[in-house]
Amino acid sequence: MEIKEPKIKSMRYNDFKDNEYLEAMLKELNANGTNVVVGCLDELINWGRSNSLWPFTFATSCCGIEFMAMCAARYDVARFGFEITRNSPRQADVILVSGTITNKMAPVLKRLYDQMADPKYVIAVGGCAVSGGPFKKSYHVVKGVDKVLPVDVYVPGCPPRPEAMLYGMMQLQRKVKVEKFLGGINHQVSKKEYARLMERDLNAERDELNVEQEKD
Amino acid sequence: MDLKAKILSLVPEAVYDEKGDGMWTIPAGKFHDFAVALHHDQALKFDFLRSLTGMDWGEEGLGVVYHLESTEHGHRLVVRTLTKDREAPSLPSVCDVWKAAEFNEREVYDYFGICFVNHPDMRRLYLRDDWVGYPLRKDYDDSEEINPLRMSNEVAKDDVESFDLQPDGSIIEHRKVLFDNDEYVINIGPQHPATHGVLRFRVSIEGEFIKKLDVHCGYIHRGIEKMCESLTYPQTLALTDRLDYLSAMQSRHALCMCIEKGLGVEVSDRVKYIRTIMDELQRIDSHILFFSCLCQDLGATSAFLYGFRDREKILDIFEETCGGRLILNYNTIGGVQADIHPNFVHRVKEFIPYMRRNIQEYHDVFTGNVIAQHRLKGVGVLSREDAISFGATGGTGRASGWACDVRKRIPYGVYDKVDFKEILYTEGDSFARYMVRMDEIMESLNIVEQLIDNIPAGDYQLKMKPVIRIPEGTYYAAVEASRGEFGVFIESHGDKTPYRLKFRSTGLPLVSCMDTICRGGKIADLIAIGGTLDYIIPDIDR
Repeated sequence: MEIKEPKIKSMRYNDFKDNEYLEAMLKELNANGTNVVVGCLDELINWGRSNSLWPFTFATSCCGIEFMAMCAARYDVARFGFEITRNSPRQADVILVSGTITNKMAPVLKRLYDQMADPKYVIAVGGCAVSGGPFKKSYHVVKGVDKVLPVDVYVPGCPPRPEAMLYGMMQLQRKVKVEKFLGGINHQVSKKEYARLMERDLNAERDELNVEQEKD
Repeated sequence: MDLKAKILSLVPEAVYDEKGDGMWTIPAGKFHDFAVALHHDQALKFDFLRSLTGMDWGEEGLGVVYHLESTEHGHRLVVRTLTKDREAPSLPSVCDVWKAAEFNEREVYDYFGICFVNHPDMRRLYLRDDWVGYPLRKDYDDSEEINPLRMSNEVAKDDVESFDLQPDGSIIEHRKVLFDNDEYVINIGPQHPATHGVLRFRVSIEGEFIKKLDVHCGYIHRGIEKMCESLTYPQTLALTDRLDYLSAMQSRHALCMCIEKGLGVEVSDRVKYIRTIMDELQRIDSHILFFSCLCQDLGATSAFLYGFRDREKILDIFEETCGGRLILNYNTIGGVQADIHPNFVHRVKEFIPYMRRNIQEYHDVFTGNVIAQHRLKGVGVLSREDAISFGATGGTGRASGWACDVRKRIPYGVYDKVDFKEILYTEGDSFARYMVRMDEIMESLNIVEQLIDNIPAGDYQLKMKPVIRIPEGTYYAAVEASRGEFGVFIESHGDKTPYRLKFRSTGLPLVSCMDTICRGGKIADLIAIGGTLDYIIPDIDR
């Protein structure tokens, strides 16, 4: 069965930028051939997933205020199903890295990301998260969050307007809609690997406590 | 009283340098006794340490500049002390005289590696413990090989190093216990929705009462001060908006004022009016956000939405004139970026009655609420003496009864021409801090109302050269930002870039008094206290 290009309500496909990337994903998906039942189920699940992406309330600096503005009355993020912001990474689907990531913060951010449940997404919001922004020359700033995490969507701006953030979130929705869910991203980690990861105590303060299990 | 004669009588070796604002140099050996005398002498009574700046004077040595003020007499003093030793520099600590020195000296240790003798807690304040080198020294090597991005988790130590002076004059290092082994320590942050950013507390609790609180800063330390040393003066302006993004106008105003002071430039009346109006609008914006976030933290989500609804009105006004919502880039050296938009006056006049009406709504929805009253009243009391000693200016200081408003103390802009009250409460608790800010919104509206019809005609921008050189000397200028005194200290050596540029953080004194305020309080009150102190983390960490 053929998976169609992702549709977002009230915005035409051509109005989005970066369509080639999604088309490449689609092509790959269709080339592998999809079972009709699985394909239909996938579309249903992805429809649900893309319209209930729960963001993690993570903000280090200025962009966080625009994130708050996005959640408030005028921009009303609830229209897209993102209104349930979670304070725990374990309940969140997407982390909007809004603000500068410094050298001291980077390991903390990585740990927060590790604590999120799969499938998880990262949006780099603002110049600092994209590339270091105005602080690129600083001795204590990570030059782009992609040095630490895999990023799905980049939203430039200093800070980006709430509209820009919404646009970025919609791009992520489109990406979610063309993903292979069953047998794809729901099985990213093997059972054995999952068990190993669970044994690792992510809450341990010291790295040396994260003892790797010896292979038998 | 002759301050010069008085200082010379205290320390005959003191040297006065007239360049810029003027500065006294005191030998390090006599500095501690001198500081005690400055604080205790009834005629001097320098009880407010406005700013403490670490310096690297190269050949001359490493040192510290102190900006002092007497809250009673109103006189001000700038002193410095320095040491030639670059290998193991040490200076006497003054944190027993001014509590504000406690965190500031840790900052200086972090930046310059100066050990403060008799300081109880000589840890790095911002950078990781395994950081190599001291970044603000002039000979610092910032290559990635020396300090790569370390992804290992940091170990939070329960003891701290400290340097004590022995009776025979030698200095020994020993470790002081911060948290005992049998203490129950919980960790809050750096990722916590109620810390307003990436601030981290380690709190020792007994039942639900706080025994001790340890603040960890630096998760958003961006090294702005070091970056400024390699930027020309007009370029440095861009970074101030990103310090305390809710005082973007005021911070930039302070830096422009300081540079203009160094250059001896007087801006036109029109610019002064515009800057003052913009500062006040920014203050309203910040205080509305304070209200929204405090309500959100205490569980009143609808109040959060009300606040943001009204805040958008101010952002619309800003956007028309400045083009930005949050980062405004409006003030420039010698003026403002662009003239006010033709709609500006009209929209501001529309906004004033609208906001007055809505403040009443805030009071109806939240202030009178029983839960809010119980969560705020009598919680987290900061005494007036502590507020002064910590240098906790702004709404926090005024809630404790300290008249610390820079707009009244050292009028700038057109604050000397407008009639406004300085809001003072005496309780010093969270509710007073909340009420100060709510009343200040009304007061700011009054100021804007008085000015908006009288903006004089004139140039909005003076002709300035692209490369600006400030005459040699040191300069300090301060404004009343949304949450306290925001100061800018520039040392110029006559180059096109500043030799040292220091921002007096408004938030650092506020977090440094957290331990004092929270002790004995309940752990749930930590949220209310943090919310009403209203700190902005990027401004603390810089």
